[in-house]
Amino acid sequence: MSTGTPIARGLLPERLIIPMDQQAGAAAVPVVEVGQRVRRGEMIGQPGGLRSAGVHASASGTVGAIREGPAPTVNGLTTSLCVHLETDGRDEQAPSEVWPKERDARIDAICSAGIVGLGGAVFSTAEKLRDDAECDLLILNGAECEPYISCDDMLMREHPLEVVRGALAMMDLAGAESTVIAVERDKPDALRAVREAAAQLGDTRIEIARVPTVYPAGGERQLVELLTGREVPSGDYPPAVGCICQNVGTAFALDRFTRRGEPLTSRIVTVTGNGVANAANVEVPIGTPIRDLIDFCGGYRGEVARLILGGNMMGYALPGDDLPVTKAGNCIVAAHSDEVRESFGEWPCIRCGDCADVCPPRLLPQELLRAASVRDFDHLDALGLNDCIECGCCDVACPSQIALTERFRQAKQAWAVVSKRASMADLAARRHRRKLARLAAQTEDIHRQQYDLIAAIGSEDSRAMIEEAVARASRRRGESDATH
Amino acid sequence: MQFELNPPPHALPTTSVPKVMRHVIYALVPAAVAHVWFFGWGICINALIATAAALGAEAVMLRVRSRPVKPTLLDGTATVTAVLLAFAIPPLAPWWVPVIGAVSAIVLAKHLYGGLGSNLFNPAMVGYAVLLISFPVEMTYWLPPRGAELGLPSIGAWDSLRFALTGSLPQGLSVDAVTQATPLDLVREGLTSMQTLAEVQAGPLFGGMGGRGWVWVNSLIAVGGLYLLFRGIIRWHIPVSMLAAIVVLAAVFHALDASRYASASFHLFSGASLLGAFFIATDPVSAATTNRGRLIYGAGIGILVYAIRTWGGYPDGVAFAVLLMNATVPLLDRYTRPRIYGRPR
Repeated sequence: MSTGTPIARGLLPERLIIPMDQQAGAAAVPVVEVGQRVRRGEMIGQPGGLRSAGVHASASGTVGAIREGPAPTVNGLTTSLCVHLETDGRDEQAPSEVWPKERDARIDAICSAGIVGLGGAVFSTAEKLRDDAECDLLILNGAECEPYISCDDMLMREHPLEVVRGALAMMDLAGAESTVIAVERDKPDALRAVREAAAQLGDTRIEIARVPTVYPAGGERQLVELLTGREVPSGDYPPAVGCICQNVGTAFALDRFTRRGEPLTSRIVTVTGNGVANAANVEVPIGTPIRDLIDFCGGYRGEVARLILGGNMMGYALPGDDLPVTKAGNCIVAAHSDEVRESFGEWPCIRCGDCADVCPPRLLPQELLRAASVRDFDHLDALGLNDCIECGCCDVACPSQIALTERFRQAKQAWAVVSKRASMADLAARRHRRKLARLAAQTEDIHRQQYDLIAAIGSEDSRAMIEEAVARASRRRGESDATH
Repeated sequence: MQFELNPPPHALPTTSVPKVMRHVIYALVPAAVAHVWFFGWGICINALIATAAALGAEAVMLRVRSRPVKPTLLDGTATVTAVLLAFAIPPLAPWWVPVIGAVSAIVLAKHLYGGLGSNLFNPAMVGYAVLLISFPVEMTYWLPPRGAELGLPSIGAWDSLRFALTGSLPQGLSVDAVTQATPLDLVREGLTSMQTLAEVQAGPLFGGMGGRGWVWVNSLIAVGGLYLLFRGIIRWHIPVSMLAAIVVLAAVFHALDASRYASASFHLFSGASLLGAFFIATDPVSAATTNRGRLIYGAGIGILVYAIRTWGGYPDGVAFAVLLMNATVPLLDRYTRPRIYGRPR
């Protein structure tokens, strides 16, 4: 319902809340001060460590505050240091960045331009491209990650040339030999647009693949299998099988940076659900409070029960609408109570296996549930608990309407706690054993000295020493006898 | 503004246990109609008595186990158990036969193991096995099918009801005078008394591929089973492997000695082969839960059904075959887990 109108632009809220913790790596470090004037595209946070990325002002204005506050991050709704920006409505732009010539410099530039995976995982794009693993194939993921979301579809329809160009740039940087752009079958407009753009660029290394619209085909592990037949090993990532996955939104952002020198300051967000007046895809400045975005879409409609960040399969419910849209925010669902599950009926599991039929990593949720209820972690491990991608398919299929995914999330957390505790206990035990060994060694040392002493008594040298001492003593005695 | 904070996924569930159970009942309706046409209203009377007894037993057990009564009572699982049991009870049965069967199914097989989802054995088949072992005589009160010209007095709906409630038939009629053995019984008796299969099957109770009337009932059971299959309520693995095992064994032995071993089609359309394959063995709770496990489970039932019918002490073997294979399920599930995505082959 959000694809009927073109991408809406022109949203400029009075105030932006820009979190520093917007990527899957370390948080950025603010480089501005309160009261400082910034222009759009100016860096306000520099990469702050491993897999970090720069953060930029998404509009011109004045820094009003820099403080810790609630923000959606990769760890769920937590807190992050945020730069509050009072916008001035002039939309002044910072001078454009120069696209370097060298590969390493280019990758560094991508990092400081704040470009991260816009499919929702916000993994550092620079880090993915820098990876030494030999990747022959770049997969450009145009398969929407969830049924409600249409931002990638709209982007491919409206900006196919930029997307394909961005993909080519990525392919060269990653050293891949070819690119597959995956588009879902039910998106003929996007398919046509991307096909035409690829033809226009005339690069034979690009292939367009039509993939079935089956959630979660947009999940990278599933997409790799679908396109190449290769399976990403358990606990590993696509580069392990020679693939590098990038989202179409990321390719678009990269092209904007390489062609126009603009860092990442906005993203396309799908706003949908029965609780919003006009469902639409909107180009949103990063840091826009969700409330402003909803107002831009005509405000709420009816009684909104739940506000979901992300899609209705994997997105999480937000307590309020004063939170900012981040680089990870691909979708906002304002849902009425009749379009989301309220509570779970929760009949007992009848072992029908409908869950196993829909499980992408081919787990047996019915067996996992049983093991999770008794916290049997060895069994959970054998059943592949940590291979669960938390897609939510099993919940939807379950006739007993059991909150399977939530149980598995809890079991994972409990397992992490238990294994941490176990590893700490293990560490303490090892430390204790080392101490005992050390003490034993010390005791042995003392014993050895005593043995040496005793042994020394029997040796040649000591006999001479003793004889000398005896002689000395008798001499002294002889002297004293003489004096008396 | 404040919003609720439920965990994902937020998408609505696509089905529910009561909905699944409702479709199982719908799928049995055509066969029940045929059953009424050929064997009278007995099955309906039995189904009603069994359902009432099953729901009563379920309510009592839930109360005893201090579980919420209403949601479980309305989930339809006890009703399905009772209706399946009614298909296995002869149409002319005193009221306490379905009652004891249903109560055994719900109390012994279901609640003593922990209620819905926890039972190791198929409740309807436990109920049937209790009846078959405890009341072997009453379990033979099958009526001749409509259209078999035996010259026996016919039994109407009121006569069936009166017999169910009071145990007496209209004046001048005895149970032996109105009841008839099932085709599987006849084949068994005939073969033990040194008749050939052809001689047995020349009798008035036989026609076409199996027993007269039974071919229709069983065909409609298969239709109901296909409905469940296309609705996605059951999967193909168990019915296909079970029926394939029966057909292959029957065909091989029939080819070796047609005078002693009945044909594959006779085995398929007599007794409870199709009911078992589509409605009994597919009970999710007591069946194997992996696809490979289901194939082995179904094939095991098929082999046991054929073995019990051919060399065992009972004319039909679906109930015992299912119960025996139920016991192997934990093992099957353990050794037939599918390879997880990304794990070594």
